[in-house]
Amino acid sequence: MDWTWFFRLGSPKWFYQTAGRWLPWIWGLTLAGLMTGCFWGLFIAPPDYYQGELQRIMYIHVPAAYLSMFVYVVMAVSGAIGLIWRMKMAYMVSISCSPIGAGFTFLALATGSLWGKPTWGTYWVFDARLTSELILLFLYLGHMALFNATDDLKKADKSAAILAIVGVVNIPIIHFSVEWWNSLHQPASLTRLEKPAIDSSMLYPLLVMIVSFKLFFIATLLPWIRNQILWRERDTQWVRELVKS
Amino acid sequence: MFGVLLKRELQLLNRKKSELLNPLFFFLVVTSLFPFGVSPEPELLAQIAPGVIWVCALLSILLSLDVLYREDFEDGSLEQMVLTGASPTAIVAAKAAANWLLTALPLIIMSPLIGVLLNLDTNAFGAMTWSLALGTPSMCFIAAIGMSLTIGLRRGGILLALLVLPLYIPILIFGAMTVNAASQGHDYLGHLALLGAALALTLSLAPWAAGAALKVSISE
Repeated sequence: MDWTWFFRLGSPKWFYQTAGRWLPWIWGLTLAGLMTGCFWGLFIAPPDYYQGELQRIMYIHVPAAYLSMFVYVVMAVSGAIGLIWRMKMAYMVSISCSPIGAGFTFLALATGSLWGKPTWGTYWVFDARLTSELILLFLYLGHMALFNATDDLKKADKSAAILAIVGVVNIPIIHFSVEWWNSLHQPASLTRLEKPAIDSSMLYPLLVMIVSFKLFFIATLLPWIRNQILWRERDTQWVRELVKS
Repeated sequence: MFGVLLKRELQLLNRKKSELLNPLFFFLVVTSLFPFGVSPEPELLAQIAPGVIWVCALLSILLSLDVLYREDFEDGSLEQMVLTGASPTAIVAAKAAANWLLTALPLIIMSPLIGVLLNLDTNAFGAMTWSLALGTPSMCFIAAIGMSLTIGLRRGGILLALLVLPLYIPILIFGAMTVNAASQGHDYLGHLALLGAALALTLSLAPWAAGAALKVSISE
């Protein structure tokens, strides 16, 4: 198998230029996807039998919650790649993930509590799913705080990566919390292997939203990484020329 | 190697008796603040006792860490130990074990006294002791990760709390649930088993993570 693409990913200059070329396309796809998904979910898809129009929060809440975990896994895996193969690009990806992941987690918590007030009668309960999601937010905040606590970049990279890997324990807890404990939160409607417990008229707009949220993650991640590259490579020839021009 | 390191830690700590007693006093003082702050009513105190005891135990352990790690880091002995070939994993495991033996164990022994002060149901004393015995070692080992990550930082203390407390939440939940279940006369073995599972997980993984973190922290 040809691995040159993988090693080329490790070159900050190549990554910077390629990401710059791809960004407009990714943003275009993201916006198109988000608009389609929102229109489909908010206007075309039928309202829920029990919850009525209220249920449409799902089209933001579910993708945000899914992404909050997905981003964490990306952060931990790229941190591990950085520790194992000592790729500096992997660290930059890992570091750039945490502010975005924290944003998704906050969005999931906020939409969830807005959804909870009319349906459960409360903005917040300390049950398993909600608490573990809150822990996830704290983990993201801790990751950012640890990285920013020292000026020694090498040390900060490695410590943050170790912390990210340790925190992965929380991900299966969040995912299975609704099955292991009696929770107010409903169990997952989407599973990979079984037939989803959701009608296809709601499923397809939801899937569109999930894919567009993933694209949105990539579209926001790349500028963060590009900034990291410019900052860390500020003493190299190509960055100096780029900044001058 | 582990035995030698553990002996060193115990000897060192044994010579700083006042530092050892501080977390215990903290535990006693903070738990006895709750009747003043919340309400001295026995029924209410009995209700909040499990949570109060667990949260205060957790904070006392967090306060006991500086003696173990920061002093060794600042006088350079940690670096020397790693240079002489001691594995960082063994070093942190010994520190966590010493931490448990000299801070958490006295705390567990003291906890029935706090239980009496807070009017905890007499049926729950066994559950409280057992849950603390199973939960505190996990906390000592998780704290070892946090301490190894933040040891070289100037303002590590507050950061340590930010990193470690989220990881303590599951242990706190199961610990307090064990005592709660027992005080209401329910079966609590399931919660204890979960605490045991958490202990098995931290014992088998945390020393390695902490060792890797220690290696990063002392490399300059």
